[in-house]
Amino acid sequence: MADIKIENLVKIYPGSSELANDNVSMHIADGEFMVLLGPSGCGKTTLLRQIAGLELPTSGAIAIGGRDVTYLPAHKRNLSMVFQSYAVFPHRRVRHNIGFGLAIRKRPRQEIEEKVAWAAELLQLTDYLDRFPAQLSGGQRQRVAVARAIVVDADVLLMDEPLSNLDALLRLSFRSELKRIVEQIGTTTVYVTHDQSEALSLGDQVAVMRKGRITQLGNPLDVYDWPADTFVGGFIGSPPMNFFDGSISGGHLTIGGNQISAPVGLDHLGAVRLGVRAEAIRVADPGTPDCLEGEVLVAEPLGASTLLTVMLGGHQLKVQAKPTIRTRSGDKILLAIDPEAIRVFDPESGVSLLGATRA
Amino acid sequence: MSATITVDTGPLARFKRRRALLQLAAVSISLFMAVPIYLIAVAAFSTRDGLNQFPQPLWPKNFGTQTMETFLSSTGIVAGTINSLIVGVSTLIVSFLVGAPAGYALARFTFRGKDAYQLALLFTRALPIVVLSVPLARAFLATGLYDTPLAVTLLHTALSLPTTILITSSVFLGVSADVEEAARIFGCTPAGAFLRVVLPLALPGIAASSIFTFVTSWNEVLGATILTFSQRTLPAQVLTSLADSPLAYRFAGGLVLVIPSLIFIALMRKYLLNMWGTTIR
Repeated sequence: MADIKIENLVKIYPGSSELANDNVSMHIADGEFMVLLGPSGCGKTTLLRQIAGLELPTSGAIAIGGRDVTYLPAHKRNLSMVFQSYAVFPHRRVRHNIGFGLAIRKRPRQEIEEKVAWAAELLQLTDYLDRFPAQLSGGQRQRVAVARAIVVDADVLLMDEPLSNLDALLRLSFRSELKRIVEQIGTTTVYVTHDQSEALSLGDQVAVMRKGRITQLGNPLDVYDWPADTFVGGFIGSPPMNFFDGSISGGHLTIGGNQISAPVGLDHLGAVRLGVRAEAIRVADPGTPDCLEGEVLVAEPLGASTLLTVMLGGHQLKVQAKPTIRTRSGDKILLAIDPEAIRVFDPESGVSLLGATRA
Repeated sequence: MSATITVDTGPLARFKRRRALLQLAAVSISLFMAVPIYLIAVAAFSTRDGLNQFPQPLWPKNFGTQTMETFLSSTGIVAGTINSLIVGVSTLIVSFLVGAPAGYALARFTFRGKDAYQLALLFTRALPIVVLSVPLARAFLATGLYDTPLAVTLLHTALSLPTTILITSSVFLGVSADVEEAARIFGCTPAGAFLRVVLPLALPGIAASSIFTFVTSWNEVLGATILTFSQRTLPAQVLTSLADSPLAYRFAGGLVLVIPSLIFIALMRKYLLNMWGTTIR
């Protein structure tokens, strides 16, 4: 086990002029679960592959456990990894797939057998040890890949979208299992995903990436609650954060002709871009003061809640309403927004005007 | 209940007819390939008198090993067979030692001039064998390689390299880079990852490619004839003595030429289809 330190990492692929990683720095503490989150092409996988030693940085430095590994070949880094495509060895039985890393490290036979048995038990593969990967389902193959990664006593565990090839139901159940296993073994983990719900549910820390840079790094709930800019707010959360234009003057927010009280501690005046989470907007009873009037476009019952798309001052808002609400397209409703939940961004740059996070 | 559905059996009949035609086509093609080999085999195992009958019987009525014995005891046949095997196997080995790394490079790396390289590979095949063989013969005469199995092996390797490289590159493309990277992450050196993971996975494809290489070398006659004088390969030996040989020699020779290729293909085919209990590709 070890910490990971990344300093001013730059990666430019040969034949390309774009920066796949643009001056990335971060510190991942020993035993921490770090999630790299971002849309495809944001450089998250490139960053992971450089930690793995499968790509070499153009400049910058990577240290694992205080040892410089920037240009060290992959096999000398003492890592383990779970691949998106599972990458189990088709010509080896499950038993030998799981024990592969230990066999290469020339561990005693008995130790290999014990550890394989332990991992197989943990991932419910005991009955499949003597099968070939071709005789397993996709979910079982992914279990083999995880088992292979956890038996070696690696300094760092890397995961490259390990759940994205599983179907939705399996993904959800395996996600919690994965969290339990990683917590149990306690290895420093770097996990790449484009799925914001995985990032929120698994990470101790989340690094949101865009265009090769880290846009925001923090614990998942902070990133969710206090997005550093409109990109992060729009990327994290399902549905994404609502954004609409407004203006601030004298302690009041003006939104599409309506006025409500402004968030406290804001000295900015003039036009702003506002962000509100769907669950922070409440459908109010008629006659409630300090409310905004909108028109329902779509109502989607989801079981636990009903998702409304509401037209307000020329913007579409997503509102998470109670499942008991009875409303139809074209209905006028009153919306109450908790001033504490309103985030304020610069209308030009999209950067938060409230500070990235609040302690 | 309303009226029951009237079933139109037309599509079913058409489907059956099409399937029968397909069967017929498959059988015809198989016969087209198999019948000549069968007839040669029958003739090769007929007595001398039996051979001169016309029409030939479809069953080996006059079974005898006399014809075969005559052929096998003819001058240079055993030596030619041994030479052919040596040349075929050496060609296979040398072309893989040289060609597989090139195929691997084409499959895994992008490099400047990759397309030009692939095109240039085919250039050896653009030259007729005669054009290649004559200067080669001169060079081999000068270096003392002339009239050795090594000389023929070198020619056959040159001829088979383009296909070896292109086939192995597609075989290596079929082995996912992820699997190789996984091996490296878990502690294999690049060479170790290749030997432990990539090579075993590429073996079925390499086996298929080796059939092709071996059979190509076994069947190649023109270059082998030009480059040898006494150390003939079997086809070269048979070809040069064919015109002034009795009928028995021709039939027996034909069979002996066909059989090793058939055995080789049969062996490799089994290996191809039955690896790790699954059908691969």
